[in-house]
Amino acid sequence: MKRRVEIRNHQREIYYFRLRLALSIGFVLLLLLVLLGRFFYLQVVRQSHFSTLAENNRISVLPIVPNRGLILDRNGVVLARNYSGYTLEITPSKAGDLDKTISELAKLVDIQPRDRKRFRKLLAESRDFASLPIRSRLSDEEVARFAAQSYRFPGVKIKARLFREYPYHEETSHLIGYVGRINDRDIDRLESDDQLANYRGSDYIGKAGVEQNYEKELHGTAGFEQVEVDAGGRAVRVLSRTPPISGDSLKLTLDAKLQQIAVQAFGHYRGALVAIDPNNGEVLAFVSKPGFDSNLFIDGIDTDSWNALNNSPDTPLLNRVLQGQYPPGSTIKPFLALAALHYGTRTPTYITNDPGYFTLPGSSHRYRDWKDGGHGKVDMFKAIQQSCDTYFYSLANDTGIDKMHDFLLKFGFGKKTGIDLEGEQSGLLPSPAWKEKRYHQQWYPGDTISAGIGQGYVLVTPLQLAVAVATLANNGVAYQPHVVKEIEHSGGHEEQVPLAPPVDLHLNPQDVALVKSAMMAVTKPGGTAVSANYGTPYDIAGKTGTAQVVGVKQGEKYDASALSERNRDHAWFIAFAPADKPKLAVAVLVENGGHGGSTAAPIARKVFDYYLLGKVPKPLPQTHGAEGDQSD
Amino acid sequence: MIKQLWKRFILHLDPVLLAGLGLLVCTSLLVLYSASDGSWSRVLAQALNIAVAFVALWLVANMPLHYLLRSAVPLYVLGMILLVAVALFGEISHGARRWLNLGVATIQPSELMKIAVPLMMAWYFEKHEATLTLKNYFIATLLLLLPIGLIARQPDLGTAVLIGASGFYVLFLAGLSWRVMLASFIAGLASAPFIWKYLLHDYQKHRIMMLLDPTQDALGQGYHTIQGMIAVGSGGLLGKGYMHGTQAHLDFLPERTTDFIFAVYSEEFGLLGNLILIGLYLFVIGRGFIITGNASTYFTRLTAGSITLTFFTYAFVNMGMVSGILPVVGVPLPLISYGGTSMLTLALGFGMLMSIYTHKQLVKT
Repeated sequence: MKRRVEIRNHQREIYYFRLRLALSIGFVLLLLLVLLGRFFYLQVVRQSHFSTLAENNRISVLPIVPNRGLILDRNGVVLARNYSGYTLEITPSKAGDLDKTISELAKLVDIQPRDRKRFRKLLAESRDFASLPIRSRLSDEEVARFAAQSYRFPGVKIKARLFREYPYHEETSHLIGYVGRINDRDIDRLESDDQLANYRGSDYIGKAGVEQNYEKELHGTAGFEQVEVDAGGRAVRVLSRTPPISGDSLKLTLDAKLQQIAVQAFGHYRGALVAIDPNNGEVLAFVSKPGFDSNLFIDGIDTDSWNALNNSPDTPLLNRVLQGQYPPGSTIKPFLALAALHYGTRTPTYITNDPGYFTLPGSSHRYRDWKDGGHGKVDMFKAIQQSCDTYFYSLANDTGIDKMHDFLLKFGFGKKTGIDLEGEQSGLLPSPAWKEKRYHQQWYPGDTISAGIGQGYVLVTPLQLAVAVATLANNGVAYQPHVVKEIEHSGGHEEQVPLAPPVDLHLNPQDVALVKSAMMAVTKPGGTAVSANYGTPYDIAGKTGTAQVVGVKQGEKYDASALSERNRDHAWFIAFAPADKPKLAVAVLVENGGHGGSTAAPIARKVFDYYLLGKVPKPLPQTHGAEGDQSD
Repeated sequence: MIKQLWKRFILHLDPVLLAGLGLLVCTSLLVLYSASDGSWSRVLAQALNIAVAFVALWLVANMPLHYLLRSAVPLYVLGMILLVAVALFGEISHGARRWLNLGVATIQPSELMKIAVPLMMAWYFEKHEATLTLKNYFIATLLLLLPIGLIARQPDLGTAVLIGASGFYVLFLAGLSWRVMLASFIAGLASAPFIWKYLLHDYQKHRIMMLLDPTQDALGQGYHTIQGMIAVGSGGLLGKGYMHGTQAHLDFLPERTTDFIFAVYSEEFGLLGNLILIGLYLFVIGRGFIITGNASTYFTRLTAGSITLTFFTYAFVNMGMVSGILPVVGVPLPLISYGGTSMLTLALGFGMLMSIYTHKQLVKT
């Protein structure tokens, strides 16, 4: 204030300060009076009103759970839906003797040992005051029988609820995932996301797959009712109601029919298949075999079923598409061929002489070709068509691991594809720096040679390989793979999920044309997967591969019949069709399937036949190796 | 000998203020025992909090005034560094970035600023006491707005508003002209739509709307308000009796040992109990004002006044929010709610008041 520019006046200063202080005291007293007025209003004027609320009628805010959104395939086929039904639920803290309650209940409704075990498991995971289901899907008759006797069972209630159901069971389990009951960990996460209030009353939350990744969209927004409840907890009347907003429905990129055909095509084999539209990255089939029945998980899985799934040597819970990491074997060859052309370490016409093995200068170790006696004189076209190992040993040795690493990285190997699903593994693209860090060992020339045929340290997921072959099919323009196409809001309007902009790898068109024509020749006489293309009106471009499960010693021969089934090689086949204008790119892995040409390629063929021609295979054709296929 | 030690011990304590504080913390233990359904663990933990807070109070009370004056700038600078560190590397919890993990302990620097900001502003006014112009008030306001901006960004609107209040009290007591106050008030109103439209994130708007209209969130915070009002109202004139509050003991009241402890108290002791509690607060606040009025320097006057008024504000905001006249912000009831941090912060403030009261000598400036 201006007066302070003058000489300081102590008396005046104190006077002004005390004036302000007096004003503050007035301010404090005034506000305290307001507060006292409020207390007087609440505690005297409206005392009887609030007493009534507190003593007899308590206002209760009841959440209204929103309907979970549906999951549909690209054609509108339902993959996850809700149905309404009755469950019998027990609140342990109110029920008294649990064992007695349950055995009494068993006289009224059918309760299997399996139900009891599931209930025990839920009990261990939940808090005492939670309401836990002992039986779901009660029949009308059972509901009536319990209702007549319900007074005998404190803490036991019938609840009408919406349940989740997966009509395709194990066929779509690894993609759709499942919902499960909300546990303490989920609650912590919801709390830190400020979402807990929205989940009051919700029993389920997405635990895996699309259900988990799109939880936010699928769940919706809870509504609530303010009700007056009497001392017994029954609602007397509704004071106000805010309706819930249903969750969004998802339209996937998946083609359910194609998915089914792909699953059936595997027959009794284990493995994985991914089919991608190379023109936009849409995932049309997503198979991980064996699957599991997603419906088992919804209300908590019982211990026996869980142990059966968890301990099975077939690992049905492993999502092979995202998490299975396998050596790519010879399927890596087309990409390495492109790398060599790109860096100029090979020309298309460069000839390698193959005596049936490759040796490094100054070493006697023989890196064998799969074909005894070798392929003779081999150029790049023939090397891909016949999958000549010696050619690629030499190519890898001349190109060097650093260039191979950098080029393959561009194709998406060694890193996550970024698909809209949780839990993806990134595979392994080795480099000298990686080996030093991981094993504290130097990189040996032999490591490069093994990498040249997709063995050694290299690991890929089926999804990575599918994305890579789709990128090749699309002439080096890579789209991010994704499984959700549209989000349909509950209001009715649909929203396309925006495509991530594609990445152009800037490949030389001549290089791509050469590799593609060699891959076309793979399915023609002289190639490694002839039967795949036999008699089709369209051309398939492909590449077979074999991933070793057990190593074969120097001087020994791989003999499938001598190995137990689970030690046999994994079979790969990657392909796209029609070869000139690709509409679908596929990666197939058949665990312990032996040769790619004989077990994996026929599966891809059925997928192409349906997708391109609408051809549905006759009931479960056998997946025997066709005559005339050459080995790889 | 012992007598001498005792004399030395109480030399810088103000028995009147101490009596008021003592009654309040005893009330805290009493209510906590009821609020935690007759379990001793919270009561004992709170007793420990009180003991620690008292040690801090004693230490600060024994500090000569020039120590306080000198500590203003370092405390403020440290607080600002920590706030910037929170903004850059803070831990996110419950959707806000407020905590800093130091490896050994997690700290919330905004708590330190509750003390440091008014101290810093008082220091600044003291320094320019002889030649105060409008420019000085402007700079003091900047000293206030910087930390508030950082805290509001965390976002912790409740703490930002309360620190804003403590800073405003310093400005007010330092004699900010009425015209400027009115002008800034009008300017603030005028710029609000602009800030709303361009400067706030959607989620921040959402949070502010929640503050203004809790019924929008009837399952979350609005539920607290409704149940709090029922508890207070049903307490009536004399209350339901100690340990007999139905709202509290039947699990209807949320956070009943912390932010909503007043609802427990009010339900069990009624309007009469509220009058006693407000009387106790008024006693402490009145003593604070007496200390403020007798303080010898500009710095101590401003500091003491701001501490006293801020203490009042905390009590008012908490009781107001529980009884449903103010939006629900996370403010504990001072000296009553369970919690060590707020107890410690308050003790530091009261320690300063006692130091100001008992160190009568003039401070050289």
